[in-house]
Amino acid sequence: MIYPRIEGELSVRPQAPELISIAEKVEAGERISREDAIALFETDDLLAVGSMADLVNRRLNGDRVYYVANQHINPTNVCILNKVCVFCSYGVRPLAEDAYTMSLEEVYAEADAARHSPTREFHIVGGLHPKLPLSYYTDMIRGLKERHPHVHVKALTAVEIAHLARIEGVTTRDVIRELKDAGLDAMPGGGAEVFSPAVRSTIADRKLAADEWLQVHREAHELGIPTNCTLLYGHVESSADRVDHMLMLRDLQDETGGFSTFIPLAWHPDNTALGREMGVEGNRTGGLDDLKALAVGRILLDNIPHIKTHWIMVTTKVSQIALSFGVDDLEGTVVLEKVTHTAGADTPLGLDLDEIVRLIRDAGKTPVERDSLYNAVGEAAVA
Amino acid sequence: MTTGVSGPSTALEPVDAGERAEYASLYDRPLLELGAMARERAAAAVPGGVVSYIADRNINYTNVCVTDCSFCAFYRRPGHEEGYVLSNEQIGAKIDEAKAIGAVQILMQGGHNPYLKLDYYTGLLDYIKTHHPIHVHGFSASELDIIARVHKLDVDTVVGELMDAGLDSVPGAGAEILVDDVRDRIAKKKIDTGRWLDIHRAVHGRGLLSSATMMFGAGESRDDRVEHMIRVRDLQRETGGFTAFIPWTLQSDGTEMDGTPEATAAEYLKTVAISRLVIDNVPNLQVSYVTQGPKVAQVALHFGCNDFGSLMMEENVVSATGTDFIMPRPMLVRFIEQAGFKAVPRYQDYSRVRDDLDWYCGCAVCLDRRGA
Repeated sequence: MIYPRIEGELSVRPQAPELISIAEKVEAGERISREDAIALFETDDLLAVGSMADLVNRRLNGDRVYYVANQHINPTNVCILNKVCVFCSYGVRPLAEDAYTMSLEEVYAEADAARHSPTREFHIVGGLHPKLPLSYYTDMIRGLKERHPHVHVKALTAVEIAHLARIEGVTTRDVIRELKDAGLDAMPGGGAEVFSPAVRSTIADRKLAADEWLQVHREAHELGIPTNCTLLYGHVESSADRVDHMLMLRDLQDETGGFSTFIPLAWHPDNTALGREMGVEGNRTGGLDDLKALAVGRILLDNIPHIKTHWIMVTTKVSQIALSFGVDDLEGTVVLEKVTHTAGADTPLGLDLDEIVRLIRDAGKTPVERDSLYNAVGEAAVA
Repeated sequence: MTTGVSGPSTALEPVDAGERAEYASLYDRPLLELGAMARERAAAAVPGGVVSYIADRNINYTNVCVTDCSFCAFYRRPGHEEGYVLSNEQIGAKIDEAKAIGAVQILMQGGHNPYLKLDYYTGLLDYIKTHHPIHVHGFSASELDIIARVHKLDVDTVVGELMDAGLDSVPGAGAEILVDDVRDRIAKKKIDTGRWLDIHRAVHGRGLLSSATMMFGAGESRDDRVEHMIRVRDLQRETGGFTAFIPWTLQSDGTEMDGTPEATAAEYLKTVAISRLVIDNVPNLQVSYVTQGPKVAQVALHFGCNDFGSLMMEENVVSATGTDFIMPRPMLVRFIEQAGFKAVPRYQDYSRVRDDLDWYCGCAVCLDRRGA
């Protein structure tokens, strides 16, 4: 044990007076309010916010930091929302020169890398293709499960599920049920963006609305599929928008308990219509923005067990620092990440497990390799 | 005291092992706690919630070097086809470009090129001050050393000559880790700890200010880093001539040390925070956004740092390893302000840039030149 710590004690007392009552609530294990969370976003007292998040995290996860060896598979970049989601540079028109759609054989060939790697999870997300039927995905999941029975499949965001329901003329619940029958283990949290209708109409007009996104996740939870949830920050949203978004997640979690992990995603403006319109490029969010999105998430979402830092978006350095700011999950080895890299992320395309373990240990934490369901695997399972 | 030719450096007293161990044990404290301690010291040392930065340009007048440091990807041996020495006119043009975007100094550093004599340096400085006047922050201790050795001169004499020709301050490079065991391993041919300190002592003795750097993550121990900090603090007690301490992490790509895992960001933040606690007499602590990236640099402002370093128009040494962060001024200012500080442009002596000044630089040395 590198850092002996008295249970329930903040390592840094807040300097700003408006944070004192919030710190008291956190120490007492009480829920914080909307106003509290906004104050945490607005304050410059970064270390106090980090310290509160660290305390909440330690109560839930001790010194453990989870990582999963995963492989991203993006079956298609064709997306009927390519003009709608102005923050995205990944989706393209069906007839665009760089449009691609993988055949199932291509998916299996790409996934074959898992035979020679410690991969425990396929993370499968893509565009809203106008023609790909539900059977494409159920066949894909069945095929992957046959070939790699030890690998979990975490696939399809709520937006993709709703799109498939529309194409097939069935309910979203039917889609999830069929995917589950095919072997779906978990669902990623993408497509949430920011729930605020004003922000949504600015950055993703006509994309699945907040209540629909939440409904798909509610149904997944009811069908026993755990899911993640996200927040895309660093564009046009306010602190209040971020907090209101998180509160909607907290409410659903109170109802279902089906969210495993909250993952704030830092927006990358390069090559996006929104970036061009706003005249911004490069690193949009600062280190403080990135750490606060994680830390406030940890404090406010007291009912979601895990907070994950997505190093592809915030750099491995910020992700490692985040382990002292309430984060207990470091995005694992990512093979072939495409979505953020088309928007200018200059982070590596993958990290090897040794480096992830080094970063976690060096932050004074205990690395725990996990599967999609947060079961310890590998050495951690027998330790 | 000898700061002489190739004679022995001033004998170094061993540092107090107890003190060193006590400071090194700070590395075992929680990151945020260290940050809070360092933040408090920084606010006391530099009040007003400001974070400074300097608009400047790096000019690397030569890459020819005989020192063969294993952590460096910039240098070329004499005779190598990629070796270069910039002409005065090339340097003048770079200065004009820098001044056009508001630079208040140039940082002039190069390899240890034994083919360049003292008159090259004095001639260059004189040319700059006559034709492209600007504050020249230049020639780190190991460059001053090679000039002295080539001419078998005292370093103090060399500094005096350069100062007369227009040298305004001295950068703190070449310190690496000021522990000879470590230096022997990573930079065997470079000046030793005693010599580095002697040269800065001589610089301060001439009334010039300098900074001090530390390159870590080269396999040294935490004790070694703390010893380095204690050396800087102790010389500062004697001379008061250090303006700033600037720790940064080894970038090993393309160097002989390629494959050395970089010191992590948590280690970096702890190291800056501990620097702030150990070196209690040097007012400024600079982030290294070139090695850490702008995000971590911003976070470091809450871990005891109060200066964002330089708004570099050009950087050749670290970028030779593939690490390449250059920040335009609006982004640098935005990052400082988003961290909750007021961004203040400064001169090399850390005084604020003055709009009312009819001279190229407002630091004390440059203002003296106007009077002369």
